[in-house]
Amino acid sequence: MSCCAPGAEMALDLNGATSVLPSSQEIRLASRSLGDDLRQTDLSVPTVHCAACIQTIEAALGKLDHVESARVNLSTKRVAVRWRGDEVPPFVAALGRLGYEAHLFTPEVDDKDKTLAELIRAVAVAGFAAGNIMLLSVSVWSGAEGATRDLFHWVSALIAIPALAFAGGIFFRSAWNALRHGRMNMDVPIAVGVSLAYAMSLYETINHGDHAYFDASVSLLFFLLIGRTLDHVMRERARTAVKGLSQMAARGAMVMRGDGARDYLPVGEIEPGMRLLIAAGERIPVDGKIIQGTSDLDCSLASGESTPKNVAPGEAVQAGVLNLTGPLTIQATAAAKDSFLAEMVRLMESAEGGRAHYRRIADRVSALYAPLVHLTAFVTFLGWMAATGDWHRAMTIAIAVLIITCPCALGLAVPIVQVVAARRLFESGIMVKDGSAMERLAAIDTAVFDKTGTLTLGQPRLVNADSIDPGMLAIAADMAAHSRHPFSKAMTGFAAPGGQHKFDAVTEHPGFGIEATVAGSTWRLGRRGWAGWKARTGGEGKHGYGGTALTKDGFIVATFDFENALRADAAAAIKRLNDAGVSMQMLSGDTAAACAEVAKLLDIDDFVPCLLPSGKLERIETLAKVGHKVLMVGDGLNDTPALSAAHVSIAPATAVDIGRNAADFVFLRESLLAVPLALGVSRKAGNLIRQNIAIAIVYNAVAVPIAILGHVTPLIAAIAMSASSLLVIGNALRLHGFMANATVQVIQKVRRSAVGYSAQSS
Amino acid sequence: MTTLLYLIPVALFLGALGLSGFVWALRSGQYEDLDGAAERILIDRDDKPGR
Repeated sequence: MSCCAPGAEMALDLNGATSVLPSSQEIRLASRSLGDDLRQTDLSVPTVHCAACIQTIEAALGKLDHVESARVNLSTKRVAVRWRGDEVPPFVAALGRLGYEAHLFTPEVDDKDKTLAELIRAVAVAGFAAGNIMLLSVSVWSGAEGATRDLFHWVSALIAIPALAFAGGIFFRSAWNALRHGRMNMDVPIAVGVSLAYAMSLYETINHGDHAYFDASVSLLFFLLIGRTLDHVMRERARTAVKGLSQMAARGAMVMRGDGARDYLPVGEIEPGMRLLIAAGERIPVDGKIIQGTSDLDCSLASGESTPKNVAPGEAVQAGVLNLTGPLTIQATAAAKDSFLAEMVRLMESAEGGRAHYRRIADRVSALYAPLVHLTAFVTFLGWMAATGDWHRAMTIAIAVLIITCPCALGLAVPIVQVVAARRLFESGIMVKDGSAMERLAAIDTAVFDKTGTLTLGQPRLVNADSIDPGMLAIAADMAAHSRHPFSKAMTGFAAPGGQHKFDAVTEHPGFGIEATVAGSTWRLGRRGWAGWKARTGGEGKHGYGGTALTKDGFIVATFDFENALRADAAAAIKRLNDAGVSMQMLSGDTAAACAEVAKLLDIDDFVPCLLPSGKLERIETLAKVGHKVLMVGDGLNDTPALSAAHVSIAPATAVDIGRNAADFVFLRESLLAVPLALGVSRKAGNLIRQNIAIAIVYNAVAVPIAILGHVTPLIAAIAMSASSLLVIGNALRLHGFMANATVQVIQKVRRSAVGYSAQSS
Repeated sequence: MTTLLYLIPVALFLGALGLSGFVWALRSGQYEDLDGAAERILIDRDDKPGR
């Protein structure tokens, strides 16, 4: 039977991945040439997580024809495939068969993270210099005298110069930049302290003085650079992972020329008036008008409406919607830069203002702290000048004050906590864009949820399976395996374990359903009015004309009811948020009835249906105006402006590209418990950060008077500085305990629901 | 005392050697996939040592 084999393949495809495989032209477009006929394609594979995954993927891809090599990068969850020849090897399909969902992404021309490399080099140089100078200083402290001491000081000075120039450059540039714009940041006291200390030490060395501060200035740089590197690593890791998941925007389309020739063009080159061929399963790249063909469109990402929409020639379609069942020919009415997608980006950019005003806690503290430090040092200098008249002594003590107050602990206090927290969240499948996102999340009092794709999975579920004759259900499931319609996908899970039914012919009627013939009778699965052409269809049944039915020779043998499946743990997540004192709202583009149903299931009192993207944006802005700090959780294109307008936002990994880019957090697993988990960790991290800042302030309160009184030797300064840093790091590590508990709970939940799911589907 | 005159340069040279080794490793991309490197030691390769 000719139809069975493709049917079986299709079922595998449907079970394996919900997204659509990119076409080979698309892969070719996204790959880059390495010269000599060799090409490299980068794929994002978010589910890679262990050595076994690496081995499976590399071995399977390496075995494909024309594939030169495949290399998995576990940190960024990417696979780089190098291949030769004209034909694109079927690596995406191969990954799909292994159970890994792969997405294409376009690597930027300049993909390497230059800042990170520079920071790590700076840490290495500062560490090397600090270690050597410290060794020499210890010899001085333990009693080196005269010429030996001078020699050691000179060697220290020589080592410190390149270290300050190279490693300190990062701070000097930033401080200069801030001062030039009339601002104050943490880097200003660092730059001033370090350079004054070096200059003073050099003066001491030339005049055969007893004390030099080379060790202090360089080890200060070393500690601060560690904090800065950690901060950067956290941000960059989440950003690359988020960037990697590009799946939703169409990369190009098949264009039909006037003379009948067909070209695959990238989205940017599509112009209004071109005729595009959109196969079933492809996304529509630009806004357009249908000129030929009927189909069902999945608009859930664009409008939030969950039921597929039937379309016929003459209707307008928006960029980003997924063509489900039949091939379409559309005429582009707008270029990519003028389409619905671009409109969303514009709305989003104009909405971003509110968030830009947020200043990170570290910046706020340093704005207060930096002038205070300089003032204290200056007053100390004046005081000692007045008391003793010895400018050299006054200067030395002022520098000691400057060094001991240098925000070493402050510099580490914030990033170390955020890195530990981000690492923990990452392990539970939540990616954090940057540290300020955690600070903002900790402050929220209102959470706004989108419905489709966020509270619900955006995929319908068959609810009356128990009341349907299992034989009929199995036939329906086997027919459904031939279609991409969401209702069909929901049905394929109920196939009889014995194997496929033998159909003589299966055809899909786009917009209506599937027709199959078996042993002379005709079976139809689809819209009630179309399938049951002999049945009395007027006004009967729960859903009347519009429901889904299975018919044999025109008589209805089974009817199907669907509802949107709730995301795993949605109810538990809402309850936890309520317990945490966060009030809840649901905004949706879907109908009032659909919203009311979900709201009732989840116990949400406050919801607004039928909202346009700008409507959601307005709701968020109104809430913000009355003083609420709003968390937005959403996934659709229509949520994107709201995501960027909210105080902080979370998106699931299934969200559209620009949605994920607009969101501050992205959760990779299905469970919605990620939201309360992220909130809990952020609040805990916020507490630890405040504690750390308090520790740093207490340290200063103790150390500064000693320094002002002139009792600080370089040894004491070095010990005090290191001790305060270690204290801050130790405090940050306390987050481990809290997170360990929370993570275990979530993992157990996920396991349980996974077991439940496999039991259900087998 | 005179020993210091050559011991200090020797110590600095060795340290600088380590530093340049690190910078070389950084440039050649060995720090690009730290998680992957940690997991890869668990992978059994089929290729046996030659006899």
